[in-house]
Amino acid sequence: MTHRLRLGILIAPPLLLLLVAIVIPLAGMILFSVRADSFDPNEGYSLASYQEFFTDPRYLRLMGQTGWTAFIVAAVAVLLAYPVAYFLAFHSGRWKLTLIALMIVPAWTSYLLRILSWKVMLGSGGLLSSLVNGIGIDASSLPLLLYSPQAVVITLVYVWIPFAGLPIFVTLDRLDKRLLEAANDLGASPLRAFWRVTLPISLPGVLVSFIYVFIPTFGDWVTPLLVGGAQGGILYGNIIQSQYTRALNWPFGSVLSIALLVLILVLLLLYGRITRVLTGENGS
Amino acid sequence: MTTQRIPKTSVYFWLMIFFQYLPIAMLVIFSFNDGATLTFPLQGFTLMWYAEMLNSAQLLESVRNSLTLAIVSSLLATLLGTMIAVAVTRFQFRGKQALLALTTLPLIIPYIVIGVALLMLLRAFDISLSLWTVLLAHVVVSLPVTTLVVSTRLLGFPDSVVNAALDLGANFWTMLWRILLPMSAPALVAAYLIAFTISFNEFFVTNFLIGSDPTLPVYIFSQLRNTARLPVTITVTAVIMVASVVVLLVAASLTQYGRKS
Repeated sequence: MTHRLRLGILIAPPLLLLLVAIVIPLAGMILFSVRADSFDPNEGYSLASYQEFFTDPRYLRLMGQTGWTAFIVAAVAVLLAYPVAYFLAFHSGRWKLTLIALMIVPAWTSYLLRILSWKVMLGSGGLLSSLVNGIGIDASSLPLLLYSPQAVVITLVYVWIPFAGLPIFVTLDRLDKRLLEAANDLGASPLRAFWRVTLPISLPGVLVSFIYVFIPTFGDWVTPLLVGGAQGGILYGNIIQSQYTRALNWPFGSVLSIALLVLILVLLLLYGRITRVLTGENGS
Repeated sequence: MTTQRIPKTSVYFWLMIFFQYLPIAMLVIFSFNDGATLTFPLQGFTLMWYAEMLNSAQLLESVRNSLTLAIVSSLLATLLGTMIAVAVTRFQFRGKQALLALTTLPLIIPYIVIGVALLMLLRAFDISLSLWTVLLAHVVVSLPVTTLVVSTRLLGFPDSVVNAALDLGANFWTMLWRILLPMSAPALVAAYLIAFTISFNEFFVTNFLIGSDPTLPVYIFSQLRNTARLPVTITVTAVIMVASVVVLLVAASLTQYGRKS
């Protein structure tokens, strides 16, 4: 009994917080999504917001477009982060922990400010356009400068590389180095050993990284605002945000949020499926 | 297998580090630039923006709000995270996986959704937005990280130490207070510092829950449209970025220290 009492004392306060700040708000969101009016609960309930979401093609199309952007951002970030993780896991020697800290620390500072810093990097007269002008090319002819869809992708990739590197590093770091020695002894070239041993084993980590980048990109709305501009297009997060700042349509904002949560749930289930297949193959 | 040359991935790694720190360095450079626009070529050295920064009452007020919030919310997040960490590492109980999943939820749900869901709930109960509502959000978004940092430390603990204390007659709470927590001190400090930076920099949840008193990120965001103020905004940003990097490097070295000892 005292055992259970101790456990209760330890668990109750954090559990209360999670209920109040996460579980109840999300449950309330479902209620809000079927409300007929944003502010007056006496207006009754309706499924109009769900109907709007599914009948107006703009919303599902934006979801698809954001999915595509998030896919590219996640793929590029994972691709660029992989060699970083590889270096940290195999070649960083006794400075391993220090070098990991060096990589991850800028990522843990403000997301907002890191996006803001790219305004300075990509802006006209900023670093990139000055460099490009310096070698004699007209910077304004380049599509990847500030206020373009490319600027959004570049900025997001920059923001996510350190986070994407971490899960990959963890799987590579745990890899049994004797497997690589065995591959070498059996005559495999280093490249072949990488393709046949290292890469397959690290795939679950790659997948985690991918999801880790994909999900927050969906909810982002500041990057399009700061570096995307009018040409840069918007992300799914922008229409959620505008339901609360401009349109003040809370039921519809709830529907958009719930759709995003359902999408994430599907992704996580898919992820569970894929890792089971992957580890099933590699498990022997 | 032994190669004396520098591995290619090492060159790549340092290029990536350069790429990560370059935008931060840009902010620092422009904070000393004697020009009203953020463009090259640089116009010469000035401390004008720093002076202007220190003279802005609104800005300093937002800094104070952010510091107060960060100090309190990270304390609460570390405390509550430690409670979960102790529960899941030292107790066997049904629903442990569910509790862990629930604790991770704030990491998986996009911040914008947490923000708007809390906003609607608070409004439904007629609770007006203030720094208190932001505090609630900051504690909950920091909770997964503090739990993770502290439980990683507790997992590395030999059971024998705990059992010795209990065998020698210490009750559970004495053991916790005299053995477990002091031995996890580096992890507790690291968790606190990380939660502190999360809170200090948080914008995406805060943006929806803030009342009339802005936090620093909210203030910075509100100033972005004001082009005349952009150099000052950049200067503040540079100061926070550099300070955050320093605090986090301290936190990182503390976690390392904890592992070695």
